[in-house]
Amino acid sequence: MFQLKHTPFHERTAKLSLPQNWRRWAGHVVVGSYDLHVEREYWAIRDAVALIDVSPLMKYMLEGPDAARLLDKLTPRDIGKMAVGQVGYTGWCDDEGKLLDDGTISRLGEQTFRLTSAEPSLRWLSMNAVGMDVTITEVTEKMGALSLQGPKARTVLNLVCKKSLDKLKYFRVMENTLAGRKVTISRTGYTGDLGYEIWMESADALHVWDALMEAGHDYGIVPCGILAMDMARVEAGLFMIDVDYTAANHAWIEGQKSSPLEMGLDWAVHLDKPGYFVGRRALEREQRAGCAWKLMGFEVDWEGMEPLFAQVGLPPQIPAMAVRGSLPVMHDGKQVGYASTSTWSPVLKKYIALVHLQRPHYEPGTRLTIEITVEHKRLHAPGKVVKLPFYEPEWKKK
Amino acid sequence: MTSSNQYDAIVIGAGHNGLIAAAYLARAGKKVAVLERRDVVGGAAVTAEPFPGYRFSQFSYVVSLLRPEIIRDLELPRHGLKILPLPSTVTPMDNGDYLAAWDDHDLTRQELYRHSPRDAEASDEYGRVMARAAKAIKPILGLVPPDPSSLSLRDMMRMLKVGQYAKSLSEKELYQIAKLLTMSAADLLNDWFEFDPLKGTKSASGIIGTFLGPSSPGTAYVLLHHYMGEIDGAFRAWGFCKNGNGGVSAAIASSAHALGVEIRTNAPVQQVIVKGGRAAGVALANGDELQAKVVISAADPKRSFLQFVEEKHLPGEFVQQIRNFRVRGSSGKVNIALSELPDFSCLPGEGPLHRGAISISPSMEYIERAYDEAKYGQFAKNPYIDMIIPSMIDRDMAPPGHHVMSCFVQYAPYDIEGGWDDAKREAFGETVISTIERYAPNIRRAIVGKQVITPKDIEAIAGITGGNIFHGELLLHQLFFLRPAPQWADFRTPLPGYYFGASGAHPGGGVMGAAGKLAAMEVLKDWK
Repeated sequence: MFQLKHTPFHERTAKLSLPQNWRRWAGHVVVGSYDLHVEREYWAIRDAVALIDVSPLMKYMLEGPDAARLLDKLTPRDIGKMAVGQVGYTGWCDDEGKLLDDGTISRLGEQTFRLTSAEPSLRWLSMNAVGMDVTITEVTEKMGALSLQGPKARTVLNLVCKKSLDKLKYFRVMENTLAGRKVTISRTGYTGDLGYEIWMESADALHVWDALMEAGHDYGIVPCGILAMDMARVEAGLFMIDVDYTAANHAWIEGQKSSPLEMGLDWAVHLDKPGYFVGRRALEREQRAGCAWKLMGFEVDWEGMEPLFAQVGLPPQIPAMAVRGSLPVMHDGKQVGYASTSTWSPVLKKYIALVHLQRPHYEPGTRLTIEITVEHKRLHAPGKVVKLPFYEPEWKKK
Repeated sequence: MTSSNQYDAIVIGAGHNGLIAAAYLARAGKKVAVLERRDVVGGAAVTAEPFPGYRFSQFSYVVSLLRPEIIRDLELPRHGLKILPLPSTVTPMDNGDYLAAWDDHDLTRQELYRHSPRDAEASDEYGRVMARAAKAIKPILGLVPPDPSSLSLRDMMRMLKVGQYAKSLSEKELYQIAKLLTMSAADLLNDWFEFDPLKGTKSASGIIGTFLGPSSPGTAYVLLHHYMGEIDGAFRAWGFCKNGNGGVSAAIASSAHALGVEIRTNAPVQQVIVKGGRAAGVALANGDELQAKVVISAADPKRSFLQFVEEKHLPGEFVQQIRNFRVRGSSGKVNIALSELPDFSCLPGEGPLHRGAISISPSMEYIERAYDEAKYGQFAKNPYIDMIIPSMIDRDMAPPGHHVMSCFVQYAPYDIEGGWDDAKREAFGETVISTIERYAPNIRRAIVGKQVITPKDIEAIAGITGGNIFHGELLLHQLFFLRPAPQWADFRTPLPGYYFGASGAHPGGGVMGAAGKLAAMEVLKDWK
């Protein structure tokens, strides 16, 4: 009663987590890591197949003649251009053009959409739907959601699904039957690898979990917690609310807010679409003036970092997991930005970070330094600004 | 007269504000005496033991707004200040269910969602809007309020300071503040929410200590006033003081003492001595005279200006304004010693609810109706009650296995029809017990002793005219540069050498200490 919520998979996940490492996610407890070595879970994402419980994502069904019109008003994306069966990632803003949240929109039918968000959005949706013929239903607790990620994900799914996944393109969604249960499957994820998200009734959750674990057994399936996913999502250049940006309605001061253009979502901001959408005028102004800040990638030079540790007789010490903490980024001894998440990338063998940089320092190739701590001393390691993502395997979209 | 009766400054009243003012003056090297009418220090922040072994915060019972800089400056932690968490509010409902709000965003949301998904989300947003508004307005509380009609350089500089600060706020924030300053709590909450127990519980903090109902304009601001405690939440400025609120006073008194302040109890002040048009000391009721360069009153405005100072020393207009200052007591308190915990039907057995606040506030209408009765001179038959069980937070408050429960009750008008007497006090106490009994049926048999405090008792014991817990209601026309009177909100008074630094001054009540500190600072500025 006075506990945080469990997901529909809790019965399974609780037994599988060896370190009993729990994390909070949107009012739920979810497994942080299953293995004593997070890297084993991480490598399942990159090399085999990983099963991740993503049920805490907020989920809303939008249905009715004005469903598309509502989403078109709410988000900078051109919803009119989305075909049935298509999924679109988008951020959405307040009227000052500052990001409130981000998530995916699945067009399940001409007048039926499913929206995922990180934060509760019922109020925002309803407020903007006044006068529209659309019903908004929150289905977060009614549905379980699993993310099956990794190069073997399709192979495993094909073993248990009635319809083949072979034709399902990147960011498309389909109805399917998985081990006899009705599911929808979208080719989406938060890892930047080949991957799918499977949406089901909560009642079917354990059955689906078991079927996937069994089918995946010979392909190296590993249940994967959110710590490993956090490493993969940084490599994929995917940011996280309240870690890499502060939702505009959570911000204490103006300076904490970010626009989708600053966050590199230019490709999902369709200023050429007709009509008003929330934040349009502010985003048009920003588009004209150019962004004061940009989210970029940063790769630390190993050769530049090594001597800093060598001075005290150590090899470089890099956190083995993603670190959600701000690190100053400098140019000529002056701070020009900060990292919001940094991690060791096992697949790239690099120390990488998502960084927020002030103009003009965000051009790819710019040489900057990032703060590192060497035996309790704050030092600066050199590195360079790169485009996101850091890592994109050829099979991601194939 | 001996030199031992000569001081730089004399403070009238050893409430928390008086002690704080004295401590700050002593810290600046002044020779200071605090004169207290009673045999204990603390004023309305005192711990009493009416039944052996059962200790109560007799009047004020939580610490919410004690200024963090006062805690630091006076080194209160070193002098024993411990503020323990009070992490939840549970509102029992008439249908046997309950509404719980926790000091945890996810749990609170989950709980509210059960009743209203819409309100669960609105509550998040509301909390942020209120916190931002409180953050925006909070620095103003720390400033000496400027008089906007004054052309004096001092006031203009202060105006500029507020203006500069206001400029740093976004337009949206300014509009929010303007709305909050003028609305009723009911209108504000109806804008946001639909679930009655939620609105009832939230509206309660808009009417505490005022003689208004949730539908009266201006109550939204009081709601915000209470939100300020939340900003410093991380510093644990909100909670239950170890040893009750007497613990706050003890820590401040200890700090003041260490700084060299002389605290005299059983020393009621008769009058402020005026010589050559200036305050020059005080005469005690026993005839002793004490001399001082300045006198600071930490009593309520009525006592400070209508009792301690002869009318001939003050402008008639000022006296008139102080006479009109509204100090209508509206609340009472019932302190109950218990042999067992109250067992709430909505959440049977001992549970987390016993470690937090329990609020009898099923709806705004319930509270508004309670006000209606008070408006016409009766105590509420179905009152709003804010309960805490201090012995669940600090085990030293009651004998092992036993408990003490503090019930703040509104409305109980000071001016009850026919006047307060023992029979009415008893009936008031009985109303409170039977109200609680509806939700916790074992309460009656668990009672070991009960202390019923009416506004009249607050006046008689703590010396607060009208028994108003804030020394004067937090009404818009009694705030900022209008508190306690126009032109005299800067802690000075029309009588040179006489200063005023208590809850009746800016920024108002609560165990906040700002008025005491600010008054001391103004005294030091004027020091020649």
